[in-house]
Amino acid sequence: MTTMSGPNEGTGSRDGAGAPLLAIRDLHATVAGREILKGIDIVVPAGEVHVVMGPNGAGKSTLSYVLAGRDGYEPTQGEVVYQGQDLLAMKTEERARAGIFLAFQSPVEIPGVTGVNFLKTAVNAQRRARGESELDAMQFLKLARRKAKELDVGEEMLRRSVNSGFSGGEKKRYEALQMTLLEPRLMILDETDSGLDFDALKTVAQAVNGMRSPDRSILMITHHQRLLDLIAPDCIHVLIDGRIVSTGDRSLAHELEKSGYAQFAGQAA
Amino acid sequence: MSSGIEQVRSLADQAYKYGFTTEIEAEAAPKGLNEDIIRFISAKKGEPEWLLEWRLKAYRLWLTQEEPVWPRLHHAPIDYQDSYYYSAPKRKDGPKSLDEVDPKLLETYEKLGVPLQERARLAGVAVDAVFDSVSVATTYREKLKEHGIIFTSMSEAVREHPELVRKYLGSVVPYSDNYFATLNTAVFTDGSFVYVPPGVRCPMELSTYFRINAEKTGQFERTLIIADKGAYVSYLEGCTAPMRDENQLHAAVVELVALDDAEIKYSTVQNWYPGDAEGKGGIYNFVTKRGACRGRASRISWTQVETGSAITWKYPSCILQGDDSVGEFYSVAITSNYQQADTGTKMIHIGRNTRSRIISKGISAGHADNTYRGLVRVQPKADGARNFTQCDSLLIGDLCGAHTTPYIESRNPTARVEHEASTSKISEDQLFYVRQRGLSEEEAVSLIVNGFCREVLQQLPMEFAVEAQKLVAISLEGSVG
Ligand SMILES: Nc1ncnc2c1ncn2[C@@H]1O[C@H](COP(=O)(O)OP(=O)(O)O)[C@@H](O)[C@H]1O
Ligand SMILES: [Mg+2]
Repeated sequence: MTTMSGPNEGTGSRDGAGAPLLAIRDLHATVAGREILKGIDIVVPAGEVHVVMGPNGAGKSTLSYVLAGRDGYEPTQGEVVYQGQDLLAMKTEERARAGIFLAFQSPVEIPGVTGVNFLKTAVNAQRRARGESELDAMQFLKLARRKAKELDVGEEMLRRSVNSGFSGGEKKRYEALQMTLLEPRLMILDETDSGLDFDALKTVAQAVNGMRSPDRSILMITHHQRLLDLIAPDCIHVLIDGRIVSTGDRSLAHELEKSGYAQFAGQAA
Repeated sequence: MSSGIEQVRSLADQAYKYGFTTEIEAEAAPKGLNEDIIRFISAKKGEPEWLLEWRLKAYRLWLTQEEPVWPRLHHAPIDYQDSYYYSAPKRKDGPKSLDEVDPKLLETYEKLGVPLQERARLAGVAVDAVFDSVSVATTYREKLKEHGIIFTSMSEAVREHPELVRKYLGSVVPYSDNYFATLNTAVFTDGSFVYVPPGVRCPMELSTYFRINAEKTGQFERTLIIADKGAYVSYLEGCTAPMRDENQLHAAVVELVALDDAEIKYSTVQNWYPGDAEGKGGIYNFVTKRGACRGRASRISWTQVETGSAITWKYPSCILQGDDSVGEFYSVAITSNYQQADTGTKMIHIGRNTRSRIISKGISAGHADNTYRGLVRVQPKADGARNFTQCDSLLIGDLCGAHTTPYIESRNPTARVEHEASTSKISEDQLFYVRQRGLSEEEAVSLIVNGFCREVLQQLPMEFAVEAQKLVAISLEGSVG
């Protein structure tokens, strides 16, 4: 059925679609002692693209961090099932090795660590975890160069320290490069479109579309309609003040564009 | 679940992989220090009268000296009478060839990753192996001899090349230099001697591997490297010791002499036993290392990766005497648990257009303290002297300390001295980012720390750079919760 098989394919589905890759149920989470997520329900079947939209400060990035397992972002209630596993019980790196990739809204600089070294270490850490042989320096370089070219990432960027002195757009492309190299199963894109000019946006969208497959899912956080024009989503969730206040198809995004979030204000009390 | 870097836990004992002891019959001088012990050491080595006199002169001076109090280091008083000053594995007299080396010793070095067989893993690197007080084997001597290069133990150099030894020994670090150097002069037992003749580029890395094995024994080695006009040599020293509850003293002296257009690269990977997680045991490392750029356009470069020892007190320095000479100091010092390091360099600009460069990377974790202490002095005649200094500190956790103490004395208005310093922490952001890509927390710390040190690690000879990277990772094992 799929090329990558998880230990347990999970059960239950939404409207008879494929088995859910990710099921978030009544998820609450606190940051610095304050409840930020106040009951999130999102079910993403394998192969689908889901979008989370919402105003600044709604908790979108917090959701992505809780899913990726960041320290300090503490789930307090509810559950998250990923490939049939209790995601919240897994360490950050275990989640990554199980195929969860987060494209960061603001990627951090790592001085002195070259891109080549960083990416190779990451790719091999994941290959090792999957019981695959590690890539040697030559094999990896060949692969990295090819993928970098597809994403318009200059080769000299691979030799520079990770994210150091990169422009906003370069950082986003670099995130996309990492994603294509790591070949994740669930991609969480946190405002990958913001700060990109249209050409860069198209390149990144192409990369994302190129990875779409029946066994991969995408959870895309965005403010903007324009990315939705390039990556056709299956489902839109509106997140306001830590809650999903509405879930629907693409028309919901158009509605939002017209009338804004105000229409949901009452529901997010 | 991992609890993040705020919960810095102590290094596990097993992190030190070289803590074993070798059961070998040793011949030791009685415990304690007095003139008879010094005469005993000198006689054991069949030394000439002038050398014994030099030792005794140093000893008598040492009796009047006091341990320096200025370093940012704390330790219980050292009882110099409660230590052995000479311990040597028993062996028959006669020339030592590899076939005659006790198999137990070969095995010990094998375990340490320093095989003494000439066709082994480190092929292309000549090794002098010093075990407690004596050199037990030196490899590739014949091959080096073809180039006129002398690479031998200090004891043998005293016998075989007395004129060279007498000319240069103590010429960079005088017997009266400081408390620990003076003590070393009185009791030094062995070490390495290198002489590279004019115009010769040494075709392989030379290295000495120091191992302290015996209990309650200090190691006092003396190394002397001379690069004659236009010569080049790259030299590396490595060190380990068994895990013991007591503190053992290591007080070495290293002297380098570079004549006109000569270049010496001296690299150290210091991994003495650092003590346990509570700060018990470990080596006290009080070392004087100094190089004289005596000739025009000569060059001395120190690279050190300091990960071990309970206490490190060490300031590899350059005396830039020849015009246009260049001194460099690249340092990584890692301290965790209760380790203390007070280390840095001195660059003394005497000649015209002399240049120096100092890159220091200090990393502290646990309760450790890490001090960079450096002096840049420009003498009145050093027209056009240049120095660039960069000191970066990285903190892991909230209980450790980093201190930067630069001294700058410029007595020439044409000199230019630049100093940059920074202190940073491994951020939660960085750790999360790297772990999100699939690295464990320890792998993430190691990657980030290695990045922080890259500029220095790049200076190491290729054969050792990878080892050093691994060592950086091992030294921090368990220091992140
Ligand atoms: N590390 C943090 N410390 C304190 N508050 C935080 C932290 N991260 C997020 N928050 C708070 O959580 C809320 C949601 O933030 P975030 O998830 O970044 O929103 P969004 O991504 O939707 O703009 C905001 O009020 C923000 O201030
Ligand atoms: Mg956000």
